[in-house]
Amino acid sequence: MIEGIFVDGLIFSIMVIGILISFRVLDFPDLTCDGTVATGAAVATITIINGGSIFFALILAFLAGTLAGMVTATIHNKFKIPGLLAGILTMTMLYSINLRILGNRANVPLLRIETYYSILPEKFSYLNSSIAVLIGTLFVVLIVKVIIDIFFRTDLGLAVGALGGNEQMVISQGMNPEYLKLLGIGVSNGLIALSGALLAQYQGFADANLGQGMVVQGLAAIMIGEFLFSSNRISLITLRAILGAIIYKTLMFFGRKYGYLINITPNDFKLLTGVLVIISLWVAKSRANASDRVAKKNAIQKTKK
Amino acid sequence: MIKIDNLTKVFYPGTVNQKVAINGVNLHIEEGEIVCVIGSNGSGKSTLFNLISGTYPLTNGSIAFNDTDITKTPEYKRAQYIGRIFQDPTKGTAANMSIEDNLITASTKGMKGLKISLNNEKRKVFSELLKPIGLEDRLKDNVGLLSGGQRQALTLLMTVMSNPKLILLDEHTAALDPRNADVVMELTEKYIVEKKLTAMMITHNMKFAIDFGTRLIMMDEGEVILDVKGDEKKKLTVKKLVEIFRNIKNKEFSADEELLNV
Repeated sequence: MIEGIFVDGLIFSIMVIGILISFRVLDFPDLTCDGTVATGAAVATITIINGGSIFFALILAFLAGTLAGMVTATIHNKFKIPGLLAGILTMTMLYSINLRILGNRANVPLLRIETYYSILPEKFSYLNSSIAVLIGTLFVVLIVKVIIDIFFRTDLGLAVGALGGNEQMVISQGMNPEYLKLLGIGVSNGLIALSGALLAQYQGFADANLGQGMVVQGLAAIMIGEFLFSSNRISLITLRAILGAIIYKTLMFFGRKYGYLINITPNDFKLLTGVLVIISLWVAKSRANASDRVAKKNAIQKTKK
Repeated sequence: MIKIDNLTKVFYPGTVNQKVAINGVNLHIEEGEIVCVIGSNGSGKSTLFNLISGTYPLTNGSIAFNDTDITKTPEYKRAQYIGRIFQDPTKGTAANMSIEDNLITASTKGMKGLKISLNNEKRKVFSELLKPIGLEDRLKDNVGLLSGGQRQALTLLMTVMSNPKLILLDEHTAALDPRNADVVMELTEKYIVEKKLTAMMITHNMKFAIDFGTRLIMMDEGEVILDVKGDEKKKLTVKKLVEIFRNIKNKEFSADEELLNV
């Protein structure tokens, strides 16, 4: 049971890292995410059903997501429309594309087919099957985290980070912001699709409606993570996103399990998640105001010395 | 170095808000010149800078840099050789990143690769560079924590670090308190001399414009109405400058006089 929450949270955390890149690092409110989760799930499912290897399915899902993200970035770059609208456009188009990928079915099961989550217990037969699944998921999450951590320490990664903080600075340093957005939004959606690919295999089906409301859930997880500790180091930022994802899934689990006691059903979760995000925003705002005052005071004192 | 011919910029052409911001400006700036640009608000100084750096497309005319036509070159490409510092100290640095990350991003111009350039050797160089602005121990602090003066000094350092050929200073000390403004201005002079930069600087301070630099340009209503250099510039006084302005425009400008901070 507890392993189940962790696996759920870890799969979700890959998506949260993706959302973190678009919303937090790039400061680009990208709603493509709702569509790319399902794209990732659909691509991986169809690849596996048609006999592709699991590794190949994951890579293909990542690439499909990257492509979707690049479409959003291109719409935003070339037609100078706000990122929000570009994301909604791609997301809406993706819904039809996802149905196409799934062969015009809204739901494709992965029954009696070898998936990542069916081979894990076989490969680690000496372990409890749920532990094996947990370790397998943790493995993928760690690979993603390490790659992302390293990427954002490279010169290119730092430039992507600078773009989110100050687009003018990136231009002043002689870089094309359009190219950086293409890259950042692409990678972000690639990760989100990868998360969808794992999710489809874990729950045993791909669903065209899989992504509904995922952005808000991801934001909630990011904000929960931000309450844990503050840092400007990318390794800690991704770590807290992962922890936030797990905490969010834990909360949802207990909501499902004990919610009936206070008359809450899973139907209310979207509302509650939204409220959670709003409360987080409010707390973060008042905390930022307070720490801003302290930091400015310290900065002034430091220079006087 | 930079050759501007018949430069014209019209905002909102064809609408009731149509405004000619720059009206047929010709300007040739030689390498090593330090040009102070003065003029009242709305005279087109900042628009001129925006056109040189490529922020706005121009309506008519041409701009050439070292004999290469850059009229249609996008801003990020011009930034390879034109550095620019804005009045707003937040525009030159990324607040969400540490000082060292900002510096590493600025240390080379142009698109970056998948290389990790930041190492302890670089940190040592950076902390040496940061000494004059007193930030040598704060490499890992976020830039957002710095005061406006510190951020502007950092911006200056970052701009100079990437070795631009020309720097455009758009009233870069105007938003700072007098003490910080002096510090940043001193640094500016130091870097211009050290790196032998060509510079254009917008200022509202007439006395400063006379004392500083090798050439002085006065703008009004989108035109260059005064252009002096060398000995002629040395002989200028604030009083003379005001007189010239009055004669050329042939109008009373009591309102402008206040703006010009005589």
